[in-house]
This record gives sequence, structure tokens and C-alpha cells, in this order.
Amino acid sequence: MASNSKIDDQDDLKIQEMIAQKKNGRNLSRFTERIIPVLLFLIASVSILTTIGIIYTLLTETIEFFKRVPIADFFTGTILKPLSQNPEFGVLPLINGTIISSVIAMLVAGPIGIMTAVYLSEYASDRIRRTLKPLLEILAGIPTIVYGFFAFTFVTPIIREIFPTVEATNILSPGLVMGVMIIPMIASLSEDAMTSVPNSMREGALALGATKLEVAFRVVIPAALSGIIASFVLGVSRAIGETMIVTIASGSSKNFTFDITQSMQTMTAYIVEVSGGEAPAGSTIYYSLYAVAFTLFIFTLLMNLLARYVSRKFREEY
Amino acid sequence: MKYVDAAQVQKKMNGRILKNNILKTLFLAATLFGLVILAILIIRVLLQGASWINLDFLTGKLSTSADRAGIMGAILGTFWLMVVVIPVTLFLGVGTAIYLELYARKGKFQSFVQTNIANLAGVPSIVYGILGMTLFVRALDFGNIVLAGGLTMSLLVLPIIIVAAQEAVRAVPQDLSAASYGMGATKWQTVKNIILPAALPGILTGSILSLSRAIGETAPLVVIGIPALLIPFPGGIMDKFTVLPMQIYYWTLDSSLVAEYANLAAATIIVLLVLLFLLNATAIIIRNKFQKRY
Amino acid sequence: MSTLTKPKFDEELTISNDPRNNKDTPKTTVYDTKDLNLWYGDTHALKDINLSIYEKEVTAIIGPSGCGKSTYLKTLNRMVELVPSVRTSGMITYKGKSILDKSFKVEDLRTKVGMVFQKPNPFPKSIYDNIAYGPKIHGIRNKKTLDEIVEKSLRGASIWDEVKDRLKENAYGLSGGQQQRICIARCLAIEPDVILMDEPTSALDPKSTLRVEELIHELKKEYSIIIVTHNMQQAARISDRTAFFLNGEVIEFDETDKIFTTPTDSRTEDYISGRFG
Repeated sequence: MASNSKIDDQDDLKIQEMIAQKKNGRNLSRFTERIIPVLLFLIASVSILTTIGIIYTLLTETIEFFKRVPIADFFTGTILKPLSQNPEFGVLPLINGTIISSVIAMLVAGPIGIMTAVYLSEYASDRIRRTLKPLLEILAGIPTIVYGFFAFTFVTPIIREIFPTVEATNILSPGLVMGVMIIPMIASLSEDAMTSVPNSMREGALALGATKLEVAFRVVIPAALSGIIASFVLGVSRAIGETMIVTIASGSSKNFTFDITQSMQTMTAYIVEVSGGEAPAGSTIYYSLYAVAFTLFIFTLLMNLLARYVSRKFREEY
Repeated sequence: MKYVDAAQVQKKMNGRILKNNILKTLFLAATLFGLVILAILIIRVLLQGASWINLDFLTGKLSTSADRAGIMGAILGTFWLMVVVIPVTLFLGVGTAIYLELYARKGKFQSFVQTNIANLAGVPSIVYGILGMTLFVRALDFGNIVLAGGLTMSLLVLPIIIVAAQEAVRAVPQDLSAASYGMGATKWQTVKNIILPAALPGILTGSILSLSRAIGETAPLVVIGIPALLIPFPGGIMDKFTVLPMQIYYWTLDSSLVAEYANLAAATIIVLLVLLFLLNATAIIIRNKFQKRY
Repeated sequence: MSTLTKPKFDEELTISNDPRNNKDTPKTTVYDTKDLNLWYGDTHALKDINLSIYEKEVTAIIGPSGCGKSTYLKTLNRMVELVPSVRTSGMITYKGKSILDKSFKVEDLRTKVGMVFQKPNPFPKSIYDNIAYGPKIHGIRNKKTLDEIVEKSLRGASIWDEVKDRLKENAYGLSGGQQQRICIARCLAIEPDVILMDEPTSALDPKSTLRVEELIHELKKEYSIIIVTHNMQQAARISDRTAFFLNGEVIEFDETDKIFTTPTDSRTEDYISGRFG
């Protein structure tokens, strides 16, 4: 403790005095203290401005479009011929293409996603789960353009090998590939919902002699249902908004058909086609891009709100 | 009379166990299904594209002739895009996260911003493309240059980095900021010297993940309008540009006309996937190195 | 080790701590608290507190958990304001200046009043940077000055010899007891007048606790120390005065000796004899 005597040295450091001297420089820091919250507030508003920007852009140009094409014609029209001499702007072929591709995708991603979730949450050992989950995440990290390439140059030729009547661009192939892309999303969200079901509920059933399968379907899935439904809704939203896979592999025919071997256009693919083409600003076809985009935006927004509503409203209180 | 007939239960039990085992195998198969497709995809791309990757391809200029085409322009375009996206998303993302976690009063505005961010994360990327085209390319009259594309991509990936940075900031123990305040530090001094450094690994991981999303995205750039055959290399953020995914897109589209374009697309996919792999490996290394430090 | 488990006082310490030994020089106060009330939302956490803290003494605050002792301590450097929805009334003066006024700069107050926390909380930085943190945020940048401050503070916290060769290493590599002394050194680096200690040894083993207690005894020469503790024996060992808090009120405040031998309030007697809390 002898060393402590150093504190007593009066001629040693006088830290508080030094701090007091530096105090004048702190006017600047007082200014910083006041300006920083304002600056951060402005930064945080960028995300709100983005939303406002999206809605404002889509809405103003969509209103312009509806001045030229009656709103009823747009939403009930089954014919889309934007480039024709007598152009028609019925959005139903695009909505149809969007729904069909999404349904095909969900037919793949739904069952496989939920089976994956059941396996990972109910059957897999910790080690297997820790190996498989990151691998599945890779699937989610592959850029969509790569899936588009895969659908167009690999999956479609295989399908045509088996069913020669399938067209070179068709809705089936991108739908299937989109399904593969969405598997990890549904699997991981559903698994989160299932693993949050408390073990005591499982043990109760297992102790009565139930098999793991019975526990999964009679106990875990019912308890995790809201999370599973939410994952499906988000999967649908993802499929609706997906662009590159359908643009590349489904072509640009604006057929209003239910024949999945044919080329169909989705809302997203239409936006790509029109914006990539020579639509002069101010033309009706230019404005149609915004009307379709607004429709797409509303679709996905409703899906996302629905997913949040479902997972909140029906959250089980364990 | 017994309600449960032991023999009957025993008889059924074998069937139930069998059913359990069969379905367990089915579930495993479903889990592996995605991974098998992933393997097929990667093998297919490698078989098709690997032999096309050589120095000329990596450093050459674009060309309509498949034999002479190179992707240096697209690599540089992706690079310049990152030069815009990294600082913009870090500034906006970390700023928003700090505001929401440390400055905003818990209340309506804060939860409104939070809900808004969640909704933005669900907006299709092509809609961001339309915003970018309308706002940056046309209204601000940037044209289809790197800056316009970079800002569009930044807005697209902003929700990802905000959420990651929020989690990182929230994970910093309150003891640490309390100690700093206890020394007479101001709020900003505490944020700058204590909270941000401690949250940095989490922020960087989130930043890299959002960056890899931006690098792989195609749709917004298609809407902004990227020329299909841009010969000159971009030299800065004010130049016209193309990126790796755009080149994959154009070559895939035209592969029905020129068969070799599919191979070029596959080769470009390999380059893109290697780049993404390196980025994600970096993120994992950062995460593991700094995990649970306090 | 028996002193840690049984309320048996170390004769020597008690005598040397006794403020009556230097009763010729009247003690000056650093803090005066008058009619302090504090609410967390609707919870009335501190009720009509009146207390004086004397210079270069160790004042212990004891009481069962939830009695408001930590809240009172955190009011003294206004850290309590980090909790939203806190309201206060009454007055606390620090060296004659009213500190609860909005116009009083908390940063200035906390520069004069250091704090040591319940759990050692060094920053995830090097030992050196931990100690230099305070001087740096207050504008001292000169490398040589900082070096001197770091050495002096570490010596002051009697941990210099243990860490002088590893100043650049992360403070998280130290043991819990060492970390707590680093935190005390960090506090000394801005030479405060007062050190507030919020159960500083509750997370430490008996040996480390003893070292910190010895340190507190040394620090008393230079600093006024206010220590919150749930450990009555500790209060008896190290403090000059003791305040007993119960349900947000000061039940009794007197010289430690008196509190532990002849308390005037029966509730104090019940508490120190272990009948509750």
C-alpha cells in the first residue's frame, strides 16, 4: 500500500483542474449533443420517406393511367394488348399468371417446407439440425437470377423431354423453381414456430405412449399453427413479388389461360417488359406500368399485413 | 369391463410405430430435397461454365461474340455499386438503429417507424426499381449511372441492415453505458465510444448480408435500365454501368439465339456465387470471432 | 474468515474508523439531502429522505432489498434518470449546489462523483483504454499525461503491480476481483471528490471482497465514499456512518458504531440482528 502515498503528492497531476480547463472546448460538444438527436431523427425518417416515395410515385402515375383507361376495364379486362393499334389494358391475364405461378410454387414449397420443419424440429438431432439449417440457408441466399437461369436452361428442357407439348417458355417450370427457392423461408419460419412449442406439451403426449409422428400432428402443429400459416402467407407474398425467374422462364405472352404448359406473364414480368422496352414517358403504356406495379404493391402489402395479423392474433399463450 | 384392451392397443402399436418410421424417412427426404436441388444447380452451373472461366474472360470487355466476351466491366460495375451501397446503408442503417434503440421515446412514432420498416422489407424488389427509376434516374436526372442504381439498392436493403444493427445495439449490456454515463460522459460520447464499438461486429455482419443481397439483385436494375451491351468500363459512380446479375440476365435471355451465351451466363454465375460465398464467409468469421465477448 | 459470516467486529478497524477520534476538527458535508421524495411512475420509492454525507468518510447504506438504498445512491449522481418516468421532489445539494435542478449539468456532477457498480463492468477495451476513458472524454488527449494518469489510478486502486505488464490486454481477461478494482481505478482517473459504490463486492469471492474493502479503507484518505451494501458485517467493518433504509424511508442514521451497538429504533435492531430482510 506504500505506493498509494503517490496520491498524496500535491504537486502531482491535478486531473480535475485539467478537466476544468478543457471545459471551454465543451461548448462544441454541447452543440453536438443537441444536434445529434435531430440528425438521427432525420436519418430514421428516410425509411418513412421511402414508403411515402413508393406510394406517391405509384399513386400519382396510376391516377394518370385511370384517366385514360377506366378503372373497371383495367380490373375486369381479360385482354392485355398494350402495343396493339387499339390497345387494351385488362390486368386479369397478369393477375392470373401471378396467381398460377404462386400456386405452383406453394404446391412445392408448402408441403416440402413443412415436412422439413417437422423433421428439423421433431426428429433431427441437434448435430444434424446444426448442419442442415445453414445448408438450407444457402438455398435462400442464391440470387433469383441464378434460379431463373436454372429454370430456363435446365428445368424446362427436362420437362419438355418428358412432356413434349410444353412450350419453351411456360409457367410450370418457373413456378416449380420458385417453389424450391421459397422452401427455406417456409421451413425456417415454421420450424421457429414449432420449436417455440414448450417441451412439456410434447412430453405429456409422449408419456401416454404417442409416437413422435402423433405428437407432431396432434400437438405441435396445432399449437404452432398461427406461425405456420404466417409462413405460408409470407411465402405467397414472396412468390407474387418474384420477378427474374418468371421473366426469364415464362416469356411474355399475355394469355388469359389456365394451361400451365403455356407461357404466361406475371405482373412483375410485365413491369420488366414495359420498362425495358421503348415506352415513351407519358404514353398510356408507360402509365400502365405504374398501375400494374401499384396492384402488385397492394397484393404484397395485404399479404404481409395478413401474415403479421395471423401470427399476432392467434399466437398461443403457452 | 376394461375400457382399454391391452392386446388391441399392442396390435395397433406396431402399425403406429411403422407409420412413424415411414413418415420420418419421408420428412428426411423432403429436407434433403432442397439440398439435392441445390447440389444439382451448382454442379450444372460448374459443368457448363467452369471451362469458360479464364483470365481473358475475367478481364475482357463485353462482346457479342461469345469467344471474345469478358466480364471485367460487370465486375467493376458490381464494385462501384458496392462503393455506393456500403457507406449509404451503413450511415442510414446504423443511424436509424441508434435512433430507434437509444434516442426515440418509446411510443407511437417509434412503433410506427418499426412497423414501416417491417413492411418495407416485404415490398418486392421491382417496386424499388420503379421508385429508383422515377426518383433517381428521371426526377433527379442522374440517368442510369452507378449512383442511381446504388441508391436504389441501398433503399432496398436498408431494412435488413437496420434490423441487424438494432439487434447488435440492443445486445450491448446496459452496465457498459451506465459506467460511461457514471464517468460524466454525454449520451453521444457514450454511443460513439462504448455502444457502437461493442455493437460493431453485429453491425458488420448485417452490413455484409445486406450487401450480398444488393449484389445479387437484378430486378430493380432492369427497371432502371441497364444497357445490354455496354463496352466501356465504368470508372466511377457517375458512369453508366452493368453488373454481374444483369449480364447473366441478358446472356440467359439470348441463349435461345446463341447457344454459347448460356455457357457465358453459367461462367458469370460462378463468379457471382464465389463473390457471395466470400462475403458470407467473412460475415461468419466476424460473427464467430466476436461472439459472446461480454 | 469468521468476520464475513458473523457480525463480529474487528476491533482495530472499528477504533480507527471511529469519527469521534478526530472530533476536534468539525466535519464538513459533501451532500445534504432535504425532504427528498422519488417516484417510479406510481411507486413511491423514496419518502422524505434527510441525510448528510460527510467529507472523507465512508458512509454505508444498508437495508433489505427494495428499500430504496440503490435508488438513493443513483439519485446522488442522477443516474436514476436513465429510468424513464422518474419524478423527484425535495432537494439534494452537493457542496452547496442544488443538483436536482434541470439547469445543473449532470455531466459536471458525474465528473466530480465517480461510481462503482454491483457487477464489475469494464469496457470491452484494453486495461489502459478503460482507465484513460474518463480523462479522454473530458478532453485530456496528451499521451504522456494519460500515461501518468493511468499509472497513478491503477496504483491508487492497488492493482498496478498485477497489470502493469499487460496494459494493452483486454480487461475481460482479468478475474472478477481484478475487474472490480480496474473499475475503481477507472473511477479514480478523473479524481472525483466522491465515489458511489453500489454493492461493489456482491459479485466477488471472499478474498477479492477483502481486498476491495482494504482498498476502500485506503481511499477514504482522499475521497468521500458512499457504499450501498446488503452485507451488514461489511458496513460495520468499513464505514464511519451508517444509514438504515426501510421501505423508502431512512429509519436511522448515525455513527456506525452506535447503529450496530445501541440502535435507537427497534426496526434497526431487528434488521441488524437478522430478524428480517
